[in-house]
Amino acid sequence: MPDPRLALPLAAVFAACFVAPLAVLVALSLSTSADMQGLTGENYVKFFTDAFNYSILWGTLLLGVKATALCLVFGYPIAWVCSRAGARWQTVLLFLVVLPIVTSVVVRTFSWIVILGRQGVLNQIALGLGLTQEPLRLLFTELGVVIVLAQVQMPLMVLPILTVIGRTDTNLADASRALGAGEWRTFWRITVPLSLPGVIAGCVLTFSACVTAFVTQTLIGGARLLYMPLHIYQQAIGANNWPFAAAISIVFLVAVMIVVGLLNLASRLSHA
Amino acid sequence: MHRRGIDWEAYSLRLTFLALTGIAVVFLVAPSLIVILTSFTASASLKFPPDSYSLRWYAALINADQMQRAAWTSLVVAFWATLIATVLGVMAALAIARNNAAWARLCDLLFMSPLLLPSLAFGFAALVFVYQLGLRPNIPVLILGHVVVCTPFVLRTTVAALSGLDPALLDASASLGAGPWMTFRRVTLPLIGRGAGAGAFLAFIASFDNVPVSLFLADERTEVLPIHLWQQIETNLDVRTAAASGLIVIVTLILMILAERLAGLTRQLH
Repeated sequence: MPDPRLALPLAAVFAACFVAPLAVLVALSLSTSADMQGLTGENYVKFFTDAFNYSILWGTLLLGVKATALCLVFGYPIAWVCSRAGARWQTVLLFLVVLPIVTSVVVRTFSWIVILGRQGVLNQIALGLGLTQEPLRLLFTELGVVIVLAQVQMPLMVLPILTVIGRTDTNLADASRALGAGEWRTFWRITVPLSLPGVIAGCVLTFSACVTAFVTQTLIGGARLLYMPLHIYQQAIGANNWPFAAAISIVFLVAVMIVVGLLNLASRLSHA
Repeated sequence: MHRRGIDWEAYSLRLTFLALTGIAVVFLVAPSLIVILTSFTASASLKFPPDSYSLRWYAALINADQMQRAAWTSLVVAFWATLIATVLGVMAALAIARNNAAWARLCDLLFMSPLLLPSLAFGFAALVFVYQLGLRPNIPVLILGHVVVCTPFVLRTTVAALSGLDPALLDASASLGAGPWMTFRRVTLPLIGRGAGAGAFLAFIASFDNVPVSLFLADERTEVLPIHLWQQIETNLDVRTAAASGLIVIVTLILMILAERLAGLTRQLH
């Protein structure tokens, strides 16, 4: 058994650089001014009594759900194909899946501006094929943000699912087919339930990455689509209202923790 | 008759999944290809496909002093953040891998949480904390902020590599008289090196690419590359940004192929 003390240096760094700042953030969110005077709940009252703030929080969580769903629709088949491909193809496919996440997020988002713009690649194709008379508005729309988030975060969905599918006993699927169940039935009744822990792990990672994807949200969504990260940034830097920005941050942190907690609970229930 | 029905069904499942995978692969790869092609445009607009190709925007990068300074700052920060995250992360992984004690699970949860919690909120918290201490953001503070968000990558891949390690090897090494440090250097490290290496690679990329934390902890003097590019794209889309982006994609691609050859990157990730 290795020495537990080996974890101490990292624990110390996290205590000083992660836990302490978050504790100060909580304290700031409960004070009236940036120099942490007074104790008050008014920042939270202000957040929850204004429907505008509410709608931003809700919109951000919904954005995460939509992008995660799109990731799942394409990510699950990728993982499925990967697990059945030969070693060589598996490496190639995984390489292509991982490529977006290691490419700079600003660069990826920039390339999507070239693709989604009024004279972008997608509109040229759509106009050329006569699918539409007018150029489609994709940039600065939520649909655009969802598409780009799904591309950017796809590896986070594929890798955990692949881990679980790769370990699944293929005899079970064979037995299901031998007993007369069709491929689709076997897929829905055997493969999917067995891979559920991987699916949930993938959803947790994808969701938390999508809701906090500041660069994609601001560059593809533009200034009119306001999500929580930009809201925090504007209140902190633009409006210089630190206590309120702290309160928004805490609300956002807790909301993400609740969603992640619920997903983990679902994972545990599916194990039982 | 019955058999044929089943065969068709098997095909339909496979075809559906292959088609979805095909569409996804196009969407995954196209942006990188388009960036590279656009960066070689000869014109001053970002039209795709370009009418003609040249290296003029790459040549323009040679005089982009501000961008070069930002790139250098990013490299320095990413280097130190990766080094610290890797050393501390591998040490912590040794202590908590295969350990079911409550404190070990708690540490694992704590060290992994920067990956799940909104990093922009953490960035703001770090700024508030620094001001409370009476300091102003500087390079060491920025590096420490990056260490927090980069550590989960090292920890995850190293813990995975350690859980595949046969404990009998460590016992054998100890019973042959090797001390803990010798066992680590001659047995553990060679076996988990690729996992830790893959994690360090991801940590470096995560730092080099980080916006949400740098947004609060970097200022004009310590501007990092992704922030510089982000502001460029938001204010005036100039084609030098495309050249810088093309360069980043090409360098990343080379680094990824190297990481694949040296550490078997994709195999370490699942």
